[in-house]
Parts: sequence; structure tokens; C-alpha cells
Amino acid sequence: MNAETGNPSAAAAVEVREVEKVFGPPTTGARALAGVSLNILDNEFFTLLGPSGCGKTTLLRIIAGFETVTSGRVFLFGDEIEDLPPNKRPVNTVFQQYALFPHMSVAENVAFGLHRLRHPKAEVAKRVDEALDLVQLGEFAARRPSQLSGGQQQRVALARALAPRPKVLLLDEPLSALDLKLRQAMRVELKSLQEETGITFIFVTHDQEEALTMSDRIAVMSRGEVQQIGTAHDIYDRPRNRFVADFIGETNLLDVTVENVDDGSVACRLQDGGLLQATPSGEAAAGTAGHVSIRPEQLVLVPPQEPALMQGVVDRLIYLGTDNQHLVQLADGSEIRVRTQAAQQAEKDFAPGDKVGIRVNPGTARLLVD
Amino acid sequence: MSTGIRKPARKIDLRRYPGFVHLAVFCMIILYAPLLIVAVYSFNASTSITLWGGFSLQWYEEVFFGLESAKFKDAAWNSFTIAISAAVVSTCFATSAALGMLRAGEFRGRPVSFALINLPLMVPEIVTAVATLIFFNWINFERGIGTILVAHIVFCIPFAYLPIAARLEGISGIYEQAALDLYATRWEAFRLVLLPLMAPGVLSGFLLAFIISLDDFIITNFVKGAGVETLPTAIFGAVKQGIKPNIMAISTLLLVLSFIFVTLSWLIGRMGTDSGRAAD
Ligand SMILES: Nc1ncnc2c1ncn2[C@@H]1O[C@H](COP(=O)(O)OP(=O)(O)OP(=O)(O)O)[C@@H](O)[C@H]1O
Ligand SMILES: [Mg+2]
Repeated sequence: MNAETGNPSAAAAVEVREVEKVFGPPTTGARALAGVSLNILDNEFFTLLGPSGCGKTTLLRIIAGFETVTSGRVFLFGDEIEDLPPNKRPVNTVFQQYALFPHMSVAENVAFGLHRLRHPKAEVAKRVDEALDLVQLGEFAARRPSQLSGGQQQRVALARALAPRPKVLLLDEPLSALDLKLRQAMRVELKSLQEETGITFIFVTHDQEEALTMSDRIAVMSRGEVQQIGTAHDIYDRPRNRFVADFIGETNLLDVTVENVDDGSVACRLQDGGLLQATPSGEAAAGTAGHVSIRPEQLVLVPPQEPALMQGVVDRLIYLGTDNQHLVQLADGSEIRVRTQAAQQAEKDFAPGDKVGIRVNPGTARLLVD
Repeated sequence: MSTGIRKPARKIDLRRYPGFVHLAVFCMIILYAPLLIVAVYSFNASTSITLWGGFSLQWYEEVFFGLESAKFKDAAWNSFTIAISAAVVSTCFATSAALGMLRAGEFRGRPVSFALINLPLMVPEIVTAVATLIFFNWINFERGIGTILVAHIVFCIPFAYLPIAARLEGISGIYEQAALDLYATRWEAFRLVLLPLMAPGVLSGFLLAFIISLDDFIITNFVKGAGVETLPTAIFGAVKQGIKPNIMAISTLLLVLSFIFVTLSWLIGRMGTDSGRAAD
């Protein structure tokens, strides 16, 4: 699959071109990256999103310089960096395990990079204070990392990587060790930190919610390949293929046959005979089989006597706090998920066992061509 | 981030095995009774080594100020200078070896190197002694302090290697990567990050090498030149003319010293095992 490479005319902070990475012998080894191309812009909050083992860390380590490529090239602000060792790259990393130096105080940890860059003492002290203030840890400067909580250690790691003012900051699942509340708070903090500093962030996560809330653009990866690059909206509303539709958020995938192609809109025949208008993700040809993706919140339940696209029986009702999720069983046995806001639920409540009709909000069905 | 030391859960209570207590007591007596007797009789007021004649420090006085004191002092001086030098040098070699084995990635000769480093621990010491002697003769090396030192450096390396490698194995490579990422050169990453983290292991290895060198007899006896003595060879020489209580006093002193060093080595090796480990 060819990946989009963003806008090639703008100055790319990091350009990854056709990078392939095989661990072990070239023919029999493990293929972690299978031809990845990316253009990450300056000042961008760019996220690599994908399931475990898809090659996110490997790509990050290649950019940091800890891993060599099997083939392909990597550019930093237009310069090829293949031959630069990690300590010569103006790139800093926030490691997943933080990797704070246990034998140094918080301040010494943050000062480490500045000392290696031979900044004068006064300057180092000033920048350490600034960096610690930025992450609100000024009063912990003299402590050892082991005397801090997980969230505080995470922020020290962030301050340590930010202090040398790198051009690009790499973050490998930095929030995964934190509890939910802290994680949500840190999302906001990270995003505003990125905006304040203007540093390009490359953020790795397998948590789609994290990716959707923080990123300017997201690259969805699977099995060493980039599946789609785009804004949160692009990826959520206009998934390019089945993997992206399924991985990002929740969706219903329906088997269909393409009936009729009319530019920008395709008529699709459902298994049980209904006809559905969908926007295709690529070139669709009449007569071919495919999948239509419809988000649960774009479906509406109506009483069975009203006109609807599909008919079914409510199987289960799951209360999710702000939302209600209905699992509706269709005639052919497949299940459809329908989400309604709990606040609007009262008047059109359907209980398990009720017969219902299902409507689709116009313009929200997407035909996945892959 | 620290995982601590995992204590293996004890599944069976050893004490329930038939005869366990008897066997344990028997082993304890065999191991420690002679040491205890030597220590006690070193404070004997009589010249007999079997009859107790009251408490006295006379034999310790004799060790330090008696007729043979000059001989023992020379030997002690030789022993300590050799032990310190051998420990310093072998610790350096062992540290480099551990870095090569555990940090240089996979290389072809790795299993063989591992065997080569540890094999000396299994070769009978007398074989090493004879081989070393033949080697020195073969290259026409004059026997003396120098030959002892070289031999000690060589056989101390595997002893120093063990605690160093054990420590290094527990330190995740992520710290060095973090250092490199923060613009440290390879040397700075080693000196400022890895070395402080592995210091307890290095110190522990040093102390072990020191004590091994200090009490070596067989190899030393083979490669020492005429007239050059270390404490163990001097004691052996003295014992040949009959066991006098002053030998017991020296032995007790050495025993106490060994005990202190081994304990230190163990304590230091344990120190900070928590802080050096990273969850992977
Ligand atoms: N040093 C290595 N040697 C061999 N295979 C490796 C190595 N590092 C990674 N791999 C393999 O490459 C693939 C991608 O690994 P990578 O760590 O990049 O995944 P990831 O997307 O970061 O996953 P996760 O979300 O679990 O961290 C995996 O199949 C992994 O087994
Ligand atoms: Mg990873």
C-alpha cells in the first residue's frame, strides 16, 4: 500500500522516505517496517498510532538514531541524518520507561543534556529552572527520581528532554504508565507545552483517544505499514480502509455489493436487500463487493412501523454514562451497535426484545474500497 | 520503575527432611570448629597448642614485635602490595570483559569468550600453578614479586568478573541510550551514567579479587622467587618448623580481615540493586 506523504512543498521537520527495517537476516528476519514514508512538518504535533507490534517504537528509534534502517532514508530539516549518531542529532526522546538516571537528582537529570552541550554554568541553572517550572516541578529539584510518583517522574523525563530545546521531541507512549485521570490531565498539558515551545512532537501511542485529542495529524500504522495519514477528523470520518475504520473508534462494518456509482456517491445493496448511499474511500466499481462503515452514533432507532433501512431486535442495552449503546440483532444474525445520548434517551427508549427499525444519518456511511 | 529483588517463594521446608538437622550441625562443626579453635588458642598464655593456659595477648605481641616479626612484616607488605595491585588491574580487565560480553551486542566468539573467562575457576589450581611456572621459565622471566603479581592478576580476573557482570546484567541499556540521546559521547555515557550505576559491582569485584590474591598459596608458592615471601608462604614456611601459637595469631588476623572483606563485598554488591534496575 502506498502511503500519502503529506505536503512535500512545505519544510518537513522529519522526512521518512521508503524506510524498511528488518531485524535479523534480511530474508528470514522480522520485518518491523515495510516501506514507510512520512512528512512531519515543523511545529507539528504528529502522532504514530497503531496496535502493539506495528513498528511505532522501531520508527521512533530510527529517527533518534538507535536503530539503523535496512533501506530507505531519513531527513531532518532537509539533511540526511543516516550517518549521525544519536548524540549528534538535535532530537530528544522521552522514553516509555522514563530512563531517569537514578543516581542523579531531578535537577542533575534535567541539566545533563545542557552540560553535554557545554552551556555555561549560569545558563544551565537558568534553563533547568525554566524546564522544571514548565512541568511544575520546581520544588522537587533536589529529590532523587525514586522519591517521585510515576506522574512526576514522567514530567521530569519531559523536562529533561525539553531543556536542551531540541528541534524534534520524540515521545514513546509517555502516558501509558499513568492512571486515567493523570493521563487526561497530561494530554492537555502536553498539547499546550507543544504549542508554547513550538517544538515538533512525534508522539507514539496505541490509544486512539489520546491520538485524536492531541494531534495535528495522525499516521495510523499496522504491520509495519502506514495505513492513513490525516487529521483526527480525516481519520475518524473518512477512513481509507477497513483497518483504519475498525481501529479508530467504534464502527459497524456491513457487507455490501456496489450497485451504482455516481460521482461522489455510491449506491450499495445490503445483504437483506436495503439500498444505502455511501461515500467511497477510493475508486469504486459497480458490481464489486465491499464494506460500508457506519459509526454507532450516526444510526437512529425508530419504531418498527416507521420506514427504515434495516429491521432488527434489540438484544442488549448498555449504559455507558453519557451514552447508551444498543446492540441490535439483524435478521441474518449479525449485530449492529447503535449509540444514543443518554440525555435524549427518555422518550424513545427501546428495551431488549423490542423490534426496531434502524436509520442512517444521510452522508455518514462510508464505502471502504480495499 | 524499580522492580526490587524478587525473593523466590520457599515451597518446601528443608528442615522437614529426615536427618537435615544432624547433617547441618555436622557440616557446621567440620567447617568452623577448626577456625574457632585457632582463634581461641591464639589467645593462649601457654606455648602449647593443645593445652589452655589462660588468656594472653603475648602471641599477638610476638607477631608484631618478636624475633620473626621482621620476616612476617616483609611478607605482609608483599602480600598487601601484590593484592592491591592485582585487584586494581584485574578489576579493570574484568570490567572491560563484562562490558564486552554484555554491552557489545552479539558477536561470534561470545559463548567461547564466556567459557574462557570462567574456565580458570574450574581448572585445578595446581595445574594453573605448574602451567604458570613452566610459562615463566619458557619465556625466561626472572621469578620474584613481578611473577607473583602477573600470576595473581590473571587468576583474579574471573573472580572480579562474576560480581561485575552480575551487576551489569541488571542494568538496562536504556540509561546509556538516554545519555546518548542527551548528547553524551560514548565515553561520557559510560563515565557519567553506566559506571556509577555499576560501581557497587565493580567495588565488590575488587574486594573479592583482593582477598583471593591475599590468601593464595599454591600458585604463589610455585612462581615466587627464592627469598620472596607472601603471608601464606611465610606461614607455611614457619609451620614446617612446627606450629607455634604465633602462627595462630597471624591466621586469626587474616581470618578477621577476610571476613571483613567478604562481608563488605557482599554488602556493597547488594547496595542499590533496586535503583540500578529498570523494568523493561
Ligand atoms: N531488537 C529487535 N529484534 C528483533 N525484532 C524486533 C526488535 N525490536 C522490535 N522487533 C520486532 O519488530 C516489530 C515492531 O516492534 P516495535 O517495538 O516497533 O512495535 P511497537 O509498535 O512499538 O509495539 P508496542 O506498542 O507494543 O510498543 C515487532 O514485531 C517486534 O517483535
Ligand atoms: Mg513500542
